[in-house]
Amino acid sequence: MGALLLLAIGSMAEDAPDFNREVRPILATHCFTCHGPDANTRKAKLRLDEREAALEILAPGKLVDSELIHRILSEDPDEVMPPPSLKKPLSAAQKSVLKRWVAAGAPYAGHWAFAQPQRSEPPKVKQADWARTPIDRFILARLEQEELQPAPEANRERLLCRLSLDLTGLPPTPTEVETFLKDQSPNAYEKAVDRLLASPRYGEHMAVPWLDYSRYADSNGYQTDGSRQQWPWRDWLIQALNANKPFDQFTIEQLAGDMLPEATLQQKVATGFNRNHRINGEGGIIAEEWRVETVIDRVETTGATWLGLTLGCARCHDHKYDPLSQREFYQFFSFFNNVPETGRLAGQSSNTKPLVNVETAEHRASVAKLETEIKQAEAAAKQAAAELPKLVKAWAPKFSEELSGKKVIWQGVDEATVTSKGGAKFERLEDGSWLPSGPNATHDTYEIRTTMTGDHFTGVLLECLPDARLPNKSLGRYSNGNFVLTRVEGEIVPANGKPVPLKFTRIESDYSQKGWDIKNVNNGQSGKGWAVDGPTRREPIKALFLAGQPVAVPNEATVVLRFVCATLNQHNLGRFRLSLTGATPAAVSLKGDSIPAAVRVALDVETPTPKQWAALEKYYRAHVANPAKAADDRVAAKRKQLADLRKKLPTVMVMEEMPAPRKAFILNRGQYDQPAEEVKAGLPAFLPALPKGAAMNRLGLARWIASADNPLTARVWVNRAWEHFFGVGLVKTTENFGVQAAFPSHPALLDWLAREFVKPSQGVQVNGQPAKAWDMKAFHKLLVMSSAYRQDAKPRTDTYAADPDNRLLSRGPRFRLGGEQLRDRALFASGLLVEQLGGPSVRPYMPVGVWNETTRYGDLRNYKNATDDGLYRRTMYTIWKRTAAPPSMLLFDAPNREVCTIQRSRTNTPLQALSLLNEVTFVEAARRLGGRMLKDGDSSMEARLTYGFLWAVSRKPTPTELAVLRDGLKEDLAYFTTNPEAAKKLLAVGESAAPDDRLAERAAFTLAANVLLNLDEFVTRE
Amino acid sequence: MNTLNHLNRRQMLQRAGMGIGSLGLASLLQQEGLAAQNPLAAKNPHFKTKAKSVIWLFINGGPSHVDTWDYKPELAKRDGQALEGFDRFTGFFANAVGGLMKSPFEFKPHGQSGKHVSSIFPNLSKHVDKMAFIHSGHTESNNHSPALFAMNCGLPRMGYPCVGSWVTYGLGSESDSLPAFVVMSDPKGRGLPKGHAANWGAGFLPSVYQGTHFRPTGDPIDNLKRPTGMNAEQQRRQLDLLKTLNQQHFEVNPFEESLAARIESFELAYRMQSAAPEALAVDKEPEHIRAMYGLDDDKCKHVAAQCLTARRMVERGVRFIQIYSGGMENQRSWDGHNDIAGNHSQFAGETDKPIAALLQDLSQRGLLDETLVVWGGEFGRLPVAQKSKKPGRDHNPHALTYWMAGGGVKGGVSYGETDEIGHKAAVDKCHVNDLHATILHLLGMDHEKLTYRHNGRDFRLTDVGGEVVKEIIA
Repeated sequence: MGALLLLAIGSMAEDAPDFNREVRPILATHCFTCHGPDANTRKAKLRLDEREAALEILAPGKLVDSELIHRILSEDPDEVMPPPSLKKPLSAAQKSVLKRWVAAGAPYAGHWAFAQPQRSEPPKVKQADWARTPIDRFILARLEQEELQPAPEANRERLLCRLSLDLTGLPPTPTEVETFLKDQSPNAYEKAVDRLLASPRYGEHMAVPWLDYSRYADSNGYQTDGSRQQWPWRDWLIQALNANKPFDQFTIEQLAGDMLPEATLQQKVATGFNRNHRINGEGGIIAEEWRVETVIDRVETTGATWLGLTLGCARCHDHKYDPLSQREFYQFFSFFNNVPETGRLAGQSSNTKPLVNVETAEHRASVAKLETEIKQAEAAAKQAAAELPKLVKAWAPKFSEELSGKKVIWQGVDEATVTSKGGAKFERLEDGSWLPSGPNATHDTYEIRTTMTGDHFTGVLLECLPDARLPNKSLGRYSNGNFVLTRVEGEIVPANGKPVPLKFTRIESDYSQKGWDIKNVNNGQSGKGWAVDGPTRREPIKALFLAGQPVAVPNEATVVLRFVCATLNQHNLGRFRLSLTGATPAAVSLKGDSIPAAVRVALDVETPTPKQWAALEKYYRAHVANPAKAADDRVAAKRKQLADLRKKLPTVMVMEEMPAPRKAFILNRGQYDQPAEEVKAGLPAFLPALPKGAAMNRLGLARWIASADNPLTARVWVNRAWEHFFGVGLVKTTENFGVQAAFPSHPALLDWLAREFVKPSQGVQVNGQPAKAWDMKAFHKLLVMSSAYRQDAKPRTDTYAADPDNRLLSRGPRFRLGGEQLRDRALFASGLLVEQLGGPSVRPYMPVGVWNETTRYGDLRNYKNATDDGLYRRTMYTIWKRTAAPPSMLLFDAPNREVCTIQRSRTNTPLQALSLLNEVTFVEAARRLGGRMLKDGDSSMEARLTYGFLWAVSRKPTPTELAVLRDGLKEDLAYFTTNPEAAKKLLAVGESAAPDDRLAERAAFTLAANVLLNLDEFVTRE
Repeated sequence: MNTLNHLNRRQMLQRAGMGIGSLGLASLLQQEGLAAQNPLAAKNPHFKTKAKSVIWLFINGGPSHVDTWDYKPELAKRDGQALEGFDRFTGFFANAVGGLMKSPFEFKPHGQSGKHVSSIFPNLSKHVDKMAFIHSGHTESNNHSPALFAMNCGLPRMGYPCVGSWVTYGLGSESDSLPAFVVMSDPKGRGLPKGHAANWGAGFLPSVYQGTHFRPTGDPIDNLKRPTGMNAEQQRRQLDLLKTLNQQHFEVNPFEESLAARIESFELAYRMQSAAPEALAVDKEPEHIRAMYGLDDDKCKHVAAQCLTARRMVERGVRFIQIYSGGMENQRSWDGHNDIAGNHSQFAGETDKPIAALLQDLSQRGLLDETLVVWGGEFGRLPVAQKSKKPGRDHNPHALTYWMAGGGVKGGVSYGETDEIGHKAAVDKCHVNDLHATILHLLGMDHEKLTYRHNGRDFRLTDVGGEVVKEIIA
């Protein structure tokens, strides 16, 4: 055994492997689980992540004495490391790396990403004239080391198309291509870069990844997943990017804009970033549990977005790989723990506090005007009311006379006893309605006992009214504001004698929820009943229940009515008013007028009492045309206008700090109800300390993240910028810069870029503005000006084998466009795209029923697409319901926005092909691009096809391509000429107008355009 | 790769498209070395086994093991007695806990194995000798969504890849015209299982591995229909045009393998337009088959159509099929909080005949050997009553029963036991991770080797657990 070991050791090489690139990944994957930073799972009290602690078993420089080497080479299953039970054996190559490392003295280095980036001198290169920027020297040096040649520059059409797509998400127009091709000036390319960086489309395009990071959506998530309005934050984001807000400022405002001295409204809006998380509104949830989840979500999102760290791993235990303890996690947690929030959703379709109104000056002026008008109208009403007694005196006899000739259909129920079987209490309101409160039984029955004037009973009118005190300010008592009425029954109980049961045969209402028709009442089927869309509708509703024949009501008999809600749990009636009638059924309808009994009595007596006068006056004021009523109506109308305006005033959920911070604790196993030791806000020890003068609070944290001394922030951001323009980051794991991160392909370049971002040195100017610190536009310009970026993407036989994945950048990058860009590109090519910056989210085409499968309640059901501009806005404005995210976006690898997502995959599936071929968006775009070719292209078939080709892929077709397209077009033309019906059908796809001339031609060009919009070149940015 | 080779490949694909046999698109691409670019290429398992595809009948809402397959005579003896020391927070309704409650159904022995089965399965009970029961299952949450996530994805949280995604990732696709992983949900308007699409999501795996949800009404897949006014022939011509143009690009870009994959994705999409409706066309089946599944029986015809579709899909190379019995919670699924007798009679009535027919049909076609049929839900139910006018049973994460049939499992065996009243798994406990490890094993995969690197860590379906239940493997 010993000899074998020596033999094995004898073959070691002498150079020390790079600890970070070669050694740490082996230790991290194979050893740290049991011998790493997590003290709780550490075996044999041995840790290998710190040199000091590992020295004893390492025996640096002395392979024969090294326990580590002995163990990894051992063939004894009880001795070998990692133990076979772990199923993570080391390969021969890995063992050799560890041997070389120990032999060379086992040097450790801190994890590269946790050390300050160093700006190194860009390397010397042989082909110095190829390098336009220092970036190119880093890239070229590596290529030369591998004896590879960089690719030639891409042709100019391709270059402009690439640049436009990367900077704005949209391709160039044919005119822009032409202008660029004609521009022979040496800075033609730079001019294009500046033009695109100044376009407002830049902010829209660059905002898309931030929507994924911040889990932005238009719904609250969880069970009901109702709507919210967070778009003012999204608009802040676009504006901040367009205004080129320096990244440190951009960061501080999003994390703690509310805490800045004299914070502006916009700085508060920026903090919506960390309010874009889901909020739970399910009945019966424990608010504190969900508040803790929300705070943890903020920690994870902030860590992933700015630091590239998976902080969440330390929620339940010390981090397995990164030197982050559970205590440090909860110290970080403490920064986000002081928002005055409950953890529970305020309402199923609304924003939850803290909020700010994002009213505009225009809004404010309108509100002030209405408030003045309301005051004036109220004064006028008061004045008019003074005249009422006189007017009523004059009117009452006339009205009495008028009534005496007619039979009053509905009598409002006046005096009555209302009781609930389930113990609910009833309050009688001004308008004669009853409002239940108190216990809301599983199944409740309301019993009403009243008397009746007149000698017959035919039926009862039930009016259900919305009330602010009911759940969801709606009609029913269930938590979503709905009710389900199962039965209505009753009897006439004479003073002496047997009760006569009532049998209701005619039942009608002026509204029923789909599937919950009024006809279900009293039909005896279990699970059925009458419901009223309480969660969404909130309008008064009437229902009548008529007996087949009038039933005699003896003097002093009691009318007893019971409303039974026994279909669904707790779906009991809310506020209601009742009226009775004795008229013949034929004369009765839902519309019938209801004169309260008190009014009739007051009219009948010789001298009304003051109380009766009051009843008359009240009725007169409400129902008969008179100056007081007119004034009242004006007040009501103005109030409604104001309420509507207020409703329209967008709010946005923002961060806010409580005056005194909440206590924070280490939570055992991450459970909200298992607090252990208390902790104060603090930073992980492996990262630098707080900048001087910053407080240990959320604002201080934001300043710390946005500090030039933070080794992660700038590296993480420049790497994502690199990924944006080059397809893959220098560090492939753009989401993770922890110990488990992929090692950078060009470490010195990454560091140089991180430094350059924070402190520009290259004299880059964007539209004449010199680069400042943390300048995103200037940095983007630096990248796209490089020779590396401008390379042709075509793989070459001479370099392909050496650089198949293009990690060395031996050619230009080529990758599939994201779902947003694809749809935008199609709309743009077709001329359908409606460009308008910001505003509420819009509703393009989506499959019918897309929203209904995931939720049964809430206002985000029964999706209907817009019929106007909303169909054609840029895709980033599409309304996003988390549990049913836009299917075509999911298809192209968008995340569902439930939680923070940093990186999207780029798959290639048949379902994507189906979408591009058949989805109404793309077929309509093809139809319109076809129309565009016919209208604006020159008159020959070839010229038209060329024009369409330019719109689709920003270049002219080759003669072969043109021939192929022309042959296809001819065939289609022949087909549609003989099949005009098919042409008509094809041209009817989509909501946009379709001219009804030249049908066959239009249809044929539609199909040609459909091919163009499916070209690989269309789907790919190359 | 030169043009000649490339043309050969095209020709081969065309021939395969004309139905030369079972050579999937995926395997062809693999032969051509394009597998790296086609994530759905059929891959070799870690070791050879019988099962090629899975039909998972997800008994949604939590079926009661003691009223279905886990016969507990002691429970009948102690009917009405209080369960000493019972934690009333085990289920959901802590204030409605009743005494022990015997099953409302009669159990009788069936088959050669003499397995006791509840009377609600008059048809399935005839097949007990094909089934391997696991009675000692247990999970981690008493709440629907987390328990569904655990059963589907291994962890009680949203965002992890489900079993179907892992299987598709591990084995690729055998079909050249249908998705590899299909999910069918309740067609009676009772909604999706709680947690919805996250139950068949690919989590951090590439989305190409997520389940394709066949919508229960309307078009089964979005955008499956050609635009009005365009016929199949025309679209074929469109695709040929497209292919020619893309191909020209391809000649210029000889190494651009993703382009080859894209060309194929269009072809697959085109085939799917006819293949998907064709796979769903259960009315094309002969009358006796339709009758066997219960397509003419109003009570169960919806599940019959799904089971029959599942068989047709297996025949057509679909790798993983999941059928959900029931919709959301409460009376919309097997979630028998109230009236366990009525609830389970109803849902057993909807599924008994179709699933029995599926077993028989697969068996008589010789497909059962290579098809693993799995039956089970997200948790079991409690032996104590949930008080109600008609008593029900509350959720029970401590005990649940699964059975599997075909695909290399032993027939007529039972593994593990619950305690004598069925409250908790007691003998040979089988965690969700163990169940998953066993399913992967039956498909020829080592659950510890089937990993995916995400966020700097190798993830697996079974997290850090999982023991294969070897006792049920033939």
